Amino acid sequence: MMIALADGNNFYASCERVFQPLLNGIPIVVLSNNDGCVVARSEEAKAAGVEMGVPEFKIRPLIKAHGIRVFSSNYTLYGDMSRRMHEVLSGEAPASEVYSIDEIFLDFDGIAQPEAHAARLRAKVRQWTGLPVSIGIGETKTLAKAANRLAKSHRRGSGVLRITRENREEWLRLLPVEKVWGIGRAHAARLMARKIKTALDLAWLHPEEVRDSMGLVGTRLIHELRGTPCLAIEEIAPKKKQLVCAKGFGSPLSALSEIEEALAAYTDTVAGKLRAQGSVCGAVQVFLLTNVFRPDQPQYSPSTAETIPEATNNSPELIAASRRLLRKIWRPGHQFRKVGVILHDITDSVQLDLFAPSRDRLARARLQSAVDQLDGAVRWGSMGFKDGWKLRAEHKSRRWTTELSEIPVARA
Amino acid sequence: MRVTVLGPASELLAPTHLPFFKGGVRAGFPSPADDYLESNIRLQDLLVEHPAATFLVRIEGDSMKGAGIHDGDIAVVDRALSPAHGKIVVAVVDGDFAVKRLIYRNGSCFLESANPAFPDIEVSESSDNAVWGVVAHVIHRLK
Repeated sequence: MMIALADGNNFYASCERVFQPLLNGIPIVVLSNNDGCVVARSEEAKAAGVEMGVPEFKIRPLIKAHGIRVFSSNYTLYGDMSRRMHEVLSGEAPASEVYSIDEIFLDFDGIAQPEAHAARLRAKVRQWTGLPVSIGIGETKTLAKAANRLAKSHRRGSGVLRITRENREEWLRLLPVEKVWGIGRAHAARLMARKIKTALDLAWLHPEEVRDSMGLVGTRLIHELRGTPCLAIEEIAPKKKQLVCAKGFGSPLSALSEIEEALAAYTDTVAGKLRAQGSVCGAVQVFLLTNVFRPDQPQYSPSTAETIPEATNNSPELIAASRRLLRKIWRPGHQFRKVGVILHDITDSVQLDLFAPSRDRLARARLQSAVDQLDGAVRWGSMGFKDGWKLRAEHKSRRWTTELSEIPVARA
Repeated sequence: MRVTVLGPASELLAPTHLPFFKGGVRAGFPSPADDYLESNIRLQDLLVEHPAATFLVRIEGDSMKGAGIHDGDIAVVDRALSPAHGKIVVAVVDGDFAVKRLIYRNGSCFLESANPAFPDIEVSESSDNAVWGVVAHVIHRLK
């Protein structure tokens, strides 16, 4: 078995650069919904010392000192560029699995020269979309993921790295244990306390040694690091930064009403997960897939995303958003195999505790109108909620690829 | 007596999904043309050969009039096409996008206008970096 993981380098920052060549070489950061925290950094911004996840106000001195360009997140753009990247790559492998907005697993089984093939794919994505990607190759998903990490830190130039049976030890020794796929902060701390510092240390443990602390996922992880594939992607807890619900249909669907119904159910499911982990999301993405293995049928696998005005975990609101997106990309005359919804820009809902637990939007609306009737006698500011109703997106780039009025301009 | 707590009644009873009636209601006679309906001609198929690599770019300026590209036109840029001598391209000039004809001459690379009033631009860096995409079509609205 051979698997590749392709991952967009500094994905959001790279999307911004494709349409603004002047930004090449200049440090960039992208902020989360409502211009809160740093969610993406270009290499230059990392070098300038900007940490992931810090609030924007804390890095203002750095922004000034290094001339860092700041962007509000533009999920419409990132979603469209992600679709393009996935489309180019999935066309080059017999099977593929979209793992996140900027990552895709590719089945590389039976490919004679995997590194050379990966280098070609990388060049193709770069030419077709303008996006830089790194590709890691290994015998299991965990090893492909590890190889991708290492490609980013050790193979800047080529962007391709393959972990083989022969070189596995030397590469796993270079990967800190907390960078291993599926090792969260808590597990990493526990492992470090046991002097298990690298992926190699972890691979040398007896699988039963971690069963108590990490359960079945941990034992499988060890097998995977040793080159025995056994960890299906669904068994890894989804990253907190996004939640996905996508399911294939029993039989292909072609009616909008049926797909809407399925999408509403999936959206409700992910919204539930979001509430269960006490988070809200700031952007929604919806995608459709036709059956790529039926070339005789018309193919259409679109995807689109939007930033929602106010981060939420409320099912009706998210269902309304996903339905709006579905209608945008819907096109009759196709047999769809799958519909999916991805929630992006996931943050803790602490600042919304004022209205916990149900965060009833209607109650908020009533409150708002009551306050409005008082005509300025009551101020939101006294509740620390001054901007609460407005989405802050002061540095948002244009929707270069999806809005005719916002496409790039070329001088002739 | 054993009691099993299932959860708050409001959660258990509140319907998350409303029933949905599939299939439309038919009234009157079906059209005899129903069986002959085909999908419409889609301009997309004519203009977009590689959807993942195709971007639209608005043209501003008159330097490419001679090539049939006018101010206000929309260029369909297909990045899957390889830049070659004589192709119209969107290039990056001083960090901005420009539409020009790509010309290789005496071992150098030039961006040519299709209007004698505009000078050629010599591309200093490698043409790989200068070319953003090849223009495959131009959409022109007649005034």
